[in-house]
Amino acid sequence: MSPQVTSVIIEVSYLCAVVLFVLSLKWLSAPSTARHGVLAGEIGMALAVAATLLYHGIVSYHWIVAALAVGCVVGIPLGLVPMTAVPQRTALSHAFGALAAAMVGTAEYYLDAPHISAFTMSALAIEVILGSLTFTASLMAAGKLQEVLPQRPITYKGQNFVNLSLLAAAVLVAVYLVLNPGATYLFPVIVAIPLLFGFLMVIPIGGADMPTVISLLNSYAGLSAAAMGFVLGSKLLIVAGALDGSSGFILSIIMSRAMNRSFTNVLFGAFGQVQESAAKVEQKPVRSATPEDAAAILEAASSVMVIPGYGMAVAQAQHRVRELYDILTRRGADVKFAIHPVAGRMPGHMNVLLAEADVPYDKLLDMDEANLEFPQVDVALVIGANDVTNPAARHDRGSPIYGMPILDVDKARTVMVIKRSLSPGFAGIDNELYYMDKTLMLFGDAKAFVGSIVRELSASGNAHA
Amino acid sequence: MSDLMSNLYVLVLAGFLGFEVIRRVSPLLHTPLMSLTNALDAIAVVGAIVIAGEQRSTLATVLGTLAVAASASNVVGGFLITDRMLRMFRAGAKTKAS
Repeated sequence: MSPQVTSVIIEVSYLCAVVLFVLSLKWLSAPSTARHGVLAGEIGMALAVAATLLYHGIVSYHWIVAALAVGCVVGIPLGLVPMTAVPQRTALSHAFGALAAAMVGTAEYYLDAPHISAFTMSALAIEVILGSLTFTASLMAAGKLQEVLPQRPITYKGQNFVNLSLLAAAVLVAVYLVLNPGATYLFPVIVAIPLLFGFLMVIPIGGADMPTVISLLNSYAGLSAAAMGFVLGSKLLIVAGALDGSSGFILSIIMSRAMNRSFTNVLFGAFGQVQESAAKVEQKPVRSATPEDAAAILEAASSVMVIPGYGMAVAQAQHRVRELYDILTRRGADVKFAIHPVAGRMPGHMNVLLAEADVPYDKLLDMDEANLEFPQVDVALVIGANDVTNPAARHDRGSPIYGMPILDVDKARTVMVIKRSLSPGFAGIDNELYYMDKTLMLFGDAKAFVGSIVRELSASGNAHA
Repeated sequence: MSDLMSNLYVLVLAGFLGFEVIRRVSPLLHTPLMSLTNALDAIAVVGAIVIAGEQRSTLATVLGTLAVAASASNVVGGFLITDRMLRMFRAGAKTKAS
């Protein structure tokens, strides 16, 4: 084939890939068509890669084939991780994507310097800066999620000043490079500083802020790919990067809204600081109950709302919860799940865990749907969720979470909370829900406790039969 | 310059399109959404293949090859896990009947 024919084939394949990528995301909007979306994405990807391999400028395939093989060897296990490990896997894949962008950008720079136009150099600088900082920030996030690094926010005096100065320094060097693209000795600086910045950026971020941070890093990874598209003059990359970037951006907005915080507040105002001031609460009396009591109350309920949180994921209790769902549903109760947008460690985390446990997705309600139902609910069962149920967010102006949208668990007729102990949540805020007259505290491990409730219920069920 | 402008048009339009399409994704599927966009974003593999294959300098070949491996793992892993997640989402009996 002549180079002209191949380049037409490549361009047309890329155009088809773009169409398939957009369809892929469109089909993802509903669970019934979502899997077609994955197929469309796969076809588009295969088409684009196959067409690229025809490119006449490729002089040798050895390294490409070897690298693709390595990619499969690394990628397949990452695609088969258990659902509980999905947040850290996602963070890791952002790191890989960002690394690829940073490396391609670096290669392009040294191939073309100093003959780089100011515009291309700007795109290159954005690509490399975003790629590098996203790489280390995502690795840090993955480390915190996998708990190889401490989940607690680590803060020190002048932290924000140090971080912002670093970023400003990187931007200044980038501007200098745009004006003088031949200054190759400065290029390593816009790789090194962002690498350090990404690392420092995630240090002060606690586990509960991870949904926002992961979404933000998703957006950065997309933007660096779009910048790469400008450098390489590839519209396919620009479109894919823009789609990923806007997806991450939308998710970050949803997440920060759900916590009533701004991006800057998540990135620069570590929540851990309020710990000391708010944690000193005098002991108030709570009512606690045994699995037998809980089973008796659930037996009498005709509508039950389960509120899962990160604690359910930690205790791996989702399969027990599903058994509880089954047994109560069989007894004729209406059982649903109320899912707060930031429950868990990434957007949609709880939905995936419950779907894995085989809970039908039409029983999983989002916050607005659930809040309409709470006043009619007999029993609200909170499993491992804390701050997202705290009524103080509605009325206590002094509370650090004041204004955060919450699940109106306190409006249910009876509230039961499974919790290890009365220790406050990540924000260090006492939850007044626990001290209400209609609240019963069920102290214990979520998995074990739900298991004993299920045993009680099935025993009493057999006794009646 | 015209090339630059048309690329900017593409970026802006794709951004809007992405915003409209992704806004409609139910919160139920936000995790699969993130892993799918991540897999699609790994289309950066095509840029990396060109850099690795042209072999214009040793540095470029090494960096390009590493970038191919990194993006390819996102392609494979991203599609695989998205599909696994979506297979788990099933409707209840009532919805099936209606």
